[in-house]
Amino acid sequence: MEKISTINGKQKRISDRIWYVLIYASASVSIFLLVGIVGYVFYRGAGVINWNFLTTVPSTIKGNYGIAGNIVNTLYMIFLTLLIATPLGIGAAVYLNEYAKQGRIVRTIEATTEILAGLPSIIFGLFGMVFFGNTLKLGYSILTGALTLTLMVLPLITRNTQEALKTVPDTYRSGALGMGAPKWYMIRTILLPSAMPGIITGVILAIGRIVGESAALLFTAGSGFLLPKLGEYGNGLFQKIFQPGGTLTIELYLSMSKAKYQEAFGIAVVLLVIVFVINIITKYLTKRFDVSAK
Amino acid sequence: MSENKIITKDLNLYYGENHALKNINMEIKDKAITAFIGPSGCGKSTFLKTLNRMNDLIDNVRIEGTVLLDGENVYDEKVDTTLLRKKVGMVFQQPNPFPMSIYDNIAYGPRIHGVKSKEQLDEIVERSLKGAAIFDEVKDRLKKSALGLSGGQQQRLCIARALAVEPEVLLMDEPTSALDPISTLKIEDLMGELKEKYTVAVVTHNMQQAARISDYTAFFLVGEVIEYSETDVLFTRPKEKKTEDYITGRFG
Repeated sequence: MEKISTINGKQKRISDRIWYVLIYASASVSIFLLVGIVGYVFYRGAGVINWNFLTTVPSTIKGNYGIAGNIVNTLYMIFLTLLIATPLGIGAAVYLNEYAKQGRIVRTIEATTEILAGLPSIIFGLFGMVFFGNTLKLGYSILTGALTLTLMVLPLITRNTQEALKTVPDTYRSGALGMGAPKWYMIRTILLPSAMPGIITGVILAIGRIVGESAALLFTAGSGFLLPKLGEYGNGLFQKIFQPGGTLTIELYLSMSKAKYQEAFGIAVVLLVIVFVINIITKYLTKRFDVSAK
Repeated sequence: MSENKIITKDLNLYYGENHALKNINMEIKDKAITAFIGPSGCGKSTFLKTLNRMNDLIDNVRIEGTVLLDGENVYDEKVDTTLLRKKVGMVFQQPNPFPMSIYDNIAYGPRIHGVKSKEQLDEIVERSLKGAAIFDEVKDRLKKSALGLSGGQQQRLCIARALAVEPEVLLMDEPTSALDPISTLKIEDLMGELKEKYTVAVVTHNMQQAARISDYTAFFLVGEVIEYSETDVLFTRPKEKKTEDYITGRFG
């Protein structure tokens, strides 16, 4: 090697420049795609949104179109699915991480869970329709849909909770048990609060899947678009779960198949807004429940 | 001579095939500090954990022999570990405050044992923090997260947390090895005060520390107790050659 006589003389290295441009371009594409799609959907759909669109249901007689029923169905679907899936998922994760003897069985369960998470949703739809709908005789109903979705989102909640539990330091466990805390008390007071941000992430991903799902719901929850009736003492609100109900995504799918693109874009806007709001709430909740903050 | 608080008889412990504690027969005196010294892996921490059954948490551990606490066998199947650990508290090597407020950390133990009244908890929190010589430093921030404290403060908080359930024995597993010298000194001073009321058993890597603070010292080597006597005797007139070699720094 020659000795360097001076360190002056800044060079322009061409390959560096090229890489810089390529990397920059890749990053721009993803941003551009997102902004482009969201922008286009809003451009096409925002005009459709009005009070009537959001608060009424379709009526052929009045020649009216509205998605209030679908919004309510979507909320029902989110609520009911999470009501079943969250305790199950957290329970499974706590069992796998805190009670089960680590070894082949746990690894098998973990692997199966991951495969379950990757199955095409139409397969869940098929199974849900045949098993919950026909065998259990729940028919086309929000409950059938929610049970089917539970199978789909259970892995999300389980895996996220489990990962969160794994990051809780063992010193917390021995500290609590060393004070004489019974195991379940320790889990309830130390582990679950520490794992809360991870649990919330799992729940939010689950909500994302519930809101976005169409294939698994089409033949399980059906496409009902009516608002629940209040009924006596609000019984109707409960009975709604045994009735068919299409979520926004289902309604969007149906509008597209009927070539009603205006309405489809309107629904798309509402969906985007919901997803956006859920994202903000997640960020807030994750921060709010972060017990490790000083 | 004070009375024996804990007596172990022919205590053997196996990690799978590994015979980690061999025939330990020891008497731990009430209201005194007993130090366990020895090189890494000699079994001193393992022995400490047999005294409140923290080894139960590890898979593949087999324990033979008896540990008598006030005459009751800790390994009897009728023993409730929650009650045992209320009586025999523990402080760990790494300060491990829970991710909650200082107040809730201290109240954690009493709440396990069913103390609910706010007045009573307030009183326990103040008394425990004073007992661990940290009250003045934290009294204005009891509702703040304990994770914001310095390492030395966290360790005194953990001692306060252990004291909150009014234990009779306090096990300390290298309580100062993660701390700076000034924090170490504070903890050592504190231990001197604690022995007035509690039986303290401490594992330490630091022989000077054992010599400074303890009344009795046991020297462990590969799972056996080589020598156990009053601290000043062990450090000035050891009976065993191995003890002398260790304390004079010839190995370990």
